[in-house]
Amino acid sequence: MTPTFFSEGQKHRERQNAAEQAAKLAGVSRRSFLKTGAVAAGAGLLIGFRFTPKLSGAVEAAAGGGALTGAGFAPNAFLRIAPDGVVTILAKHSEMGQGVYTSLAMCVAEELDADFSKITVEAAPSAMLYAHTAFGMQMTGGSTSTWEAYEQMRQAGATARALLVEAAAQRWGVAAATLRTENGFVVAADGRRAGYGELTAAAAKLPAPTEVKLKAPSQFGLIGKKAHRVDSRAKVTGQAGFGIDVRVPGMLTAVIVRPPVFGGKVKSFDAAPAKAVAGVRHVVAVMAGVAVVADNFWAAKKGAAALTVIWDNGVLASLDSARQGAEYAALLRKPGAVAKKTGDVAKAFAGATTTIEATFEFPYLAHAAMEPLNATAHVKADGTVEVWAPTQMQTVDQMAAARVAGVTPDKVTMHTTLLGGGFGRKANPASDFVVEAVDVSKTVGAPVRVVWTREDDMRGGYYRPRTLVAAKLGLDAAGKPVSWENQIVSQSLIKGTAFEAFMFKDGLDGTQVEGLDDVAYAVANVHTEWHMAPMGVPVLWWRSVGHTFTAFVKETLIDDAARAAGRDPIDYRISLLAEHPRQVAILKLLKEKSNWGHAPQGRFQGVAIHESFGSIVGQVAEISVVAGGGVTVHKVTAVVDCGTAVNPDGVRAQVMSAVVYGLSAALHGKITFKDGRVEQSNFHDYPVQRINEVPVVETHIIDSGAKMGGMGEPGTPPLAPALSNAILAATGKRLRKLPFELG
Amino acid sequence: MCEARAWGKFYRCGVAKPAGGRWLATCPNLFGFLLKLTINGESVDVKASADTPLLWVLRDELGMSGTKFGCGMGLCGACTVHIDGEATRTCVLPIAAAEGKKITTIEGLARSGNLHPVQQAWMELDVVQCGYCQSGQIMSAAALLQKKAKPTDGDIDDAMAGNICRCGTYERIRAGIKHAAELAAK
Repeated sequence: MTPTFFSEGQKHRERQNAAEQAAKLAGVSRRSFLKTGAVAAGAGLLIGFRFTPKLSGAVEAAAGGGALTGAGFAPNAFLRIAPDGVVTILAKHSEMGQGVYTSLAMCVAEELDADFSKITVEAAPSAMLYAHTAFGMQMTGGSTSTWEAYEQMRQAGATARALLVEAAAQRWGVAAATLRTENGFVVAADGRRAGYGELTAAAAKLPAPTEVKLKAPSQFGLIGKKAHRVDSRAKVTGQAGFGIDVRVPGMLTAVIVRPPVFGGKVKSFDAAPAKAVAGVRHVVAVMAGVAVVADNFWAAKKGAAALTVIWDNGVLASLDSARQGAEYAALLRKPGAVAKKTGDVAKAFAGATTTIEATFEFPYLAHAAMEPLNATAHVKADGTVEVWAPTQMQTVDQMAAARVAGVTPDKVTMHTTLLGGGFGRKANPASDFVVEAVDVSKTVGAPVRVVWTREDDMRGGYYRPRTLVAAKLGLDAAGKPVSWENQIVSQSLIKGTAFEAFMFKDGLDGTQVEGLDDVAYAVANVHTEWHMAPMGVPVLWWRSVGHTFTAFVKETLIDDAARAAGRDPIDYRISLLAEHPRQVAILKLLKEKSNWGHAPQGRFQGVAIHESFGSIVGQVAEISVVAGGGVTVHKVTAVVDCGTAVNPDGVRAQVMSAVVYGLSAALHGKITFKDGRVEQSNFHDYPVQRINEVPVVETHIIDSGAKMGGMGEPGTPPLAPALSNAILAATGKRLRKLPFELG
Repeated sequence: MCEARAWGKFYRCGVAKPAGGRWLATCPNLFGFLLKLTINGESVDVKASADTPLLWVLRDELGMSGTKFGCGMGLCGACTVHIDGEATRTCVLPIAAAEGKKITTIEGLARSGNLHPVQQAWMELDVVQCGYCQSGQIMSAAALLQKKAKPTDGDIDDAMAGNICRCGTYERIRAGIKHAAELAAK
């Protein structure tokens, strides 16, 4: 759900540029990239077929075969229609709960005029045909999937529809223009009807149309209306296939004993006690540690517990959270990389009437998806490799798997399973959980499923980076902000990865300043600077990436400014957003829907608004303080403008999800270190929200018609600042350290 | 022959006692017990070490992957099944403790092709997101409704607080349980 490649979701030129670089990374030629660019620009679905990446002819052929084989009609890579009329959509994006299978299917079905209740969706094979039209590689992240594929999927549906109509026209000897389509049927003016299924044989023989006309939004029957999820039945009956459910003939299961300190290496180990466990087949040193490979998980886990490994813990053996905090504070005083500089902040501060200074602390956070990390790989004797993985990043994983297996990427077939949550952890440029499965399979010469225990997952790194922010806001005599300075200390997500070449510029990692490099509020003098903390602890994007902390800094500071100015927090924000009418509209609706200023006795409200990933979300949190100083969050009212909501019910579900995810982080989430070891291990010491702790979330959607944004992540950033602002209203105490220390 | 008394039962694992070996607690060959389990109305013979959690017998031995692994400590509820009608965490339940009891998993919740009211309600309200925890949520919810046909919010909190959902679908789970209660009453 999470990788963002740009600090602002909608900067088209940057996106093209970065996508081109990403394509290079994936081994795709510039020429073929430009062709995908054409797809993104809407030049037509068929261009997708001419897209010939260097990546692998074989992979592409295999993928095409996957999409095109079998009886029926496969007009393009994204759908097929069986003779019985069943429409199957091949989803290019990974389903991890965000509902992308449903929204992609809606886009295809809209233009196809298919019976949506009968559509099935399966994961597309891994191939460049299914590359992200902006990123140039197959992946799911950055809250981009629906807008990215919106036109491509509609084109796919419209193309198929045109062929079915033409087949019916030829059958009946009438002009295609006299026919219409509805709910899986072609209907003639005289009332004759033909189901799509019965037209597939004829349609499959027709040449694809060079141009198809897409519906105008006013003609939409599905898009913009509530649709039921396409994956519900499988998920309520236990039939849905997640990565951890993969079973391959002859498969062994591995648990890896991992170094207790990041960067640690195996010095020596005694395999005997592990081998003595019934069912354990191999105990082998691998890149990730020592793999205990067994007939089943339980034997592997028992073997891992019996194993004693002597480690060389390396340089991070003394890592300590308190000491690291002091190091971060020292980094604040050194020069950093300037992310934003307008006007003259020093001069403006000198002339300011009031100055608010604040320091913010954010901890490392684990993603803690319900499905622990896992992957299954089979490095075969014939030099081919198969990988089954709950991944958000197929192309990168494929390249990495090939590297480890010592084969060319075209020899690697990736199978995408459902993901039991992702939140960014399963989009790792280092492909950690995929690479190790390949490594173990190669080492023992059998298909191997590596399953992480919850403790492995919690202690496995790739966290949301720890962050320290020192900020200063200067107000003039009228209470208007005139000067704003942000000094940010954090590790880079990008430095040292394959993405560095095009995402790390002028010493700056844009993911660590996004949200504070382009503040919507009217402030003439702004200075935002980023100080890179030393590498070591593996870090990664975590649902909404840099916005997880930048929104907190921005929205609590502006709230403090409103109070200093003696203004209502919503009215004050509106007064600074003259050039952002969408944000003003959200705040106005939020005021009305949250019953702002009229909370029931004993309850207190706080507001926040933030733009990320092309969408804007405003939230009002309504809380009460309980004995002992804790808080109960009763209700969160949200107003969303994502341009166009393809599935409004899906948008509401994502806001609810993002609020709960943000709440877990605000109230509980932290990963800390002592003697180089992660101190947390499972849900008892890394608690997350449970059903008895969550608020009612009421979401209102503004259909602004603006450029479509994403919805997987933008609901998370406003939650924590809205909550801090509500706590301030209730207690007079400003909390700037996360998770909040209450009571 | 290695013999052991565990969980109030007498087992014979069929492995010869190694020279100088000790019984059960340190026997490295603690496996080979043949247990008879009753799962979704069918009797199944399972060969696994007696300490193997029921979860891994279901998933790895019987290929019933609907019941999920989440934490391994009984903290998250992803592994919930019914044992004699009680919602039970299987990641910490040795199979020996399940012998002779009636086990129902998510795969056995629907009866003769008809979805359970909880499953039906889940579909109507689009409760699931990633879906990974939902087998456990649904089993906990179904056990609750078996005991309380019209659960209050407090009943729902009590019965469901052991089931974590990282997608945060709780609000719809609550609505789903109430809707399932209505469907069941029809």
